[in-house]
Amino acid sequence: MAIARVIVELKPGVLDPQGEAIKNSLHALGYEEVKKVRVGKFITLEVEGNDLKEIEERVKEMADKLLANVVIEKFTVQVEG
Amino acid sequence: MKFGVVVFPGSNCDADCFHVLKNVFGRETVYIWHKEDNFDVDCIVLPGGFSYGDYLRAGAIARFSPVMKKVVEFANAGGLVIGICNGFQILLEAGLLPGAMLRNKSINFRCHDVYLRVENNNTPFTSKAHEGQVLKIPIAHGEGNYYCEPDTLKKLIANGQVVFRYCNSRGEVTEDANPNGSLYNIAGIINEKGNVLGMMPHPERCSENILGGEDGRVIWESIIAYLERGANRG
Repeated sequence: MAIARVIVELKPGVLDPQGEAIKNSLHALGYEEVKKVRVGKFITLEVEGNDLKEIEERVKEMADKLLANVVIEKFTVQVEG
Repeated sequence: MKFGVVVFPGSNCDADCFHVLKNVFGRETVYIWHKEDNFDVDCIVLPGGFSYGDYLRAGAIARFSPVMKKVVEFANAGGLVIGICNGFQILLEAGLLPGAMLRNKSINFRCHDVYLRVENNNTPFTSKAHEGQVLKIPIAHGEGNYYCEPDTLKKLIANGQVVFRYCNSRGEVTEDANPNGSLYNIAGIINEKGNVLGMMPHPERCSENILGGEDGRVIWESIIAYLERGANRG
């Protein structure tokens, strides 16, 4: 069994209204030093198998197909046994 | 002619679309459950709502429903497909239309009437409207901020694929009239072939005066006229 972690983020330059709202709220709490907030998704998958290389390839495929929308998002995949 | 309204778990405008087509226009209309992949209709409606709870992203999971395989085949064969709100999001996720939806710029869920300008009336969905006609149609969405790459936008404009743009009551396309931050004030686009339309506003909610307006009728009337002319079916 392996653990795959997929991080999905909006591509740089794509507007992130959720991040903006959080930034404004942090400023309202007095954390003026925060200059930018971007919100993404962190998805953990428990995957059957031992071949970490193969698992990584499969999970990248999953991210490309479903977990991220590559028109607006980019993703990174980390796998550990 | 026969209309099919697809029902995903979480669709909530399916009954409204069914009602308008069946009772207001008196056309044969059936529901298509998302697990069905064998049906025979002349126009497919992907209704609004929150398919699969909009978990992950709006439309992302619905796009892999069994029914969508058939919808893609139907669309590729030239069949008429109209996606409204969540249906539009599903069409984008399925790659039947280019681009993607971001959250509304204001982050608010916007639920009110907007004005749209008909940019192209040379489509099966708008032939009964005149170019530049202003329609008053309600929206109800949190993720209707249309986005695409600059090259894609250029192509959409050059090909006349931008069918509806948000405008004010006088038909002027302004930033103030844009309810969600959509690129180029886009409210609805069509595919290159012209048989697949996605739009965020809800024409099914304004097809009877008792609901406050009839501006949505022109879209259904256009589709019916197109099908009556015996145009190709998928």
